[in-house]
Amino acid sequence: MNDIAVLGAGMHPWGKWGRSFIGYGTAAARAALADAGLDWTDVGSIVGADTMRCGYPGYVAGATFAQALGWQGARVTSVYAACASGAQAIGTARAQILAGLADVVLVVGADATPKGFLAPSGRERPDDPDWLRFRVLGATNPAYFALYARRRMALYGDTPEDFAQVKVKNAAAGALNPLARYRTRVTAEEVAASAVVADPLRLLDICATSDGGAALVLSSMDFARRHGRPDPVRVRAVSTVSPTYPKSVLDLPDIATDSAAVVSPAPHGFRASIARAAYEEAGVGPEDLSLAEVYDLSTALELEWYEDIGLCGTGEGAKLLREGVTALGGRLPVNTSGGLASFGEAVPAQAIAQVCELTWQLRGTAGDRQVPGARVGITANQGLFGHGSAVVAVR
Amino acid sequence: MARTRRPVVARWFTDDTVPEEEFRLLGTRCTACASVFFPREDDWCRNPGCSGGGGLAEVPLSPRGRVWSYTDGRYRPPAPYVSDPDAPWEPYTLVAVELAAEAMVVLGQAAPGVRPADLAVGTEVEVVPGVLNEDDLHTWTTWNWRPVARDEREERS
Repeated sequence: MNDIAVLGAGMHPWGKWGRSFIGYGTAAARAALADAGLDWTDVGSIVGADTMRCGYPGYVAGATFAQALGWQGARVTSVYAACASGAQAIGTARAQILAGLADVVLVVGADATPKGFLAPSGRERPDDPDWLRFRVLGATNPAYFALYARRRMALYGDTPEDFAQVKVKNAAAGALNPLARYRTRVTAEEVAASAVVADPLRLLDICATSDGGAALVLSSMDFARRHGRPDPVRVRAVSTVSPTYPKSVLDLPDIATDSAAVVSPAPHGFRASIARAAYEEAGVGPEDLSLAEVYDLSTALELEWYEDIGLCGTGEGAKLLREGVTALGGRLPVNTSGGLASFGEAVPAQAIAQVCELTWQLRGTAGDRQVPGARVGITANQGLFGHGSAVVAVR
Repeated sequence: MARTRRPVVARWFTDDTVPEEEFRLLGTRCTACASVFFPREDDWCRNPGCSGGGGLAEVPLSPRGRVWSYTDGRYRPPAPYVSDPDAPWEPYTLVAVELAAEAMVVLGQAAPGVRPADLAVGTEVEVVPGVLNEDDLHTWTTWNWRPVARDEREERS
């Protein structure tokens, strides 16, 4: 087994606090270190998940957090993979631990986001697909979420009411999470009364952008034993796969899919391949799961993930939701943290926050939102341009 | 002073001074493996199974396809999308279109006046020239998707 131990998890509450990402990340790092019972000077390596900083392409985060915590000479790495940055940071930390390069690695991601739509940073870049989709099409992120939602309605008979029920479910879980930004329950009527952003999706179907920070202290299993943690939560798989050609699903920021006229696409789409790689590495399957944290950038997208991580067949996501399977108290709760619906997205922190939630659930310390007897959890997410992100954690 | 017509992206579609029915999106095709690319690839074929050694030749895409999905933008998109901040925001419709011969989906704005209510998944649409925005010097041209006129659809079916 290529297990590594999760010794500590920590987060700064999500919100719109108006401060620098450095403060959120440092607070999360200190919380994770305290949770692990370790000092910053015990850390041999720090991996930062990068934010878009000050509008110039300087994405450095590892050294920024190391400086804020006090330079102590640790090995430093900074990674950027948009929404998948956190998984890349965890994957990097794990590789260093398994290679024997470090015993204890601190992983940190934090963001301070602007109001409104996420947009590409300045200057004309006519060779950048992310710039072009805004310039040529005005295609915001919610526009892509809406295309998937409309297609689900046409193909599977999903309804706007189904989408609203995802928000109702996740808001109910978020109301129980002191780290969430939105902590009030939401009704289907409130979703239906919110403004349409991109037909058929409404404001309450779409996740906000938030400030927040998340951190993990990861170590080798040997170190965990020596440190008096013989039975820690373990990360058993980290999937960071990329798509296979031809990529036949239109993902943001694509203006077109690959052509499948000459080469047939793989039987499973990109999102499904992310989870399959994680399951294969962990030696578990969807039937073993106690819970899942998936990237609900929109309500409709959460239903897509049910299918992609193998909880049900294609087109059956809404049925699973209607049966209450994925709610707290259901057979397989999804987004027990409250999900992006309750947090809003803090890009480089979010995939790390997903693993924080798994950690607390698997330890049995998730309070009012605890899944009884949780043993296996998966996180799933996807970063701009084709960055897969999934983590399997076990106890 | 008259504005100059310029494509918003060079070489992605034919000159829009040709008759409307001759307007096409332009991709490229690998001469070795026949894979088609849009937006165009001009340097290397992206099919990892391609034996290589070919070139990339410009190829017009099918002028018609069927709606894969559609939406609209009820709020003003951020820059670099160009819009007049002093004018009330007019939502545009965005369409993803499946081209059968190329087996690919291509996004585009719908022709002016086409609303989501005018579309359904599977609706037959055709590519037509359009204007994205105008500034002091230029009329920036683009492509639009427009539902094929009903009588013409019946004629063809």
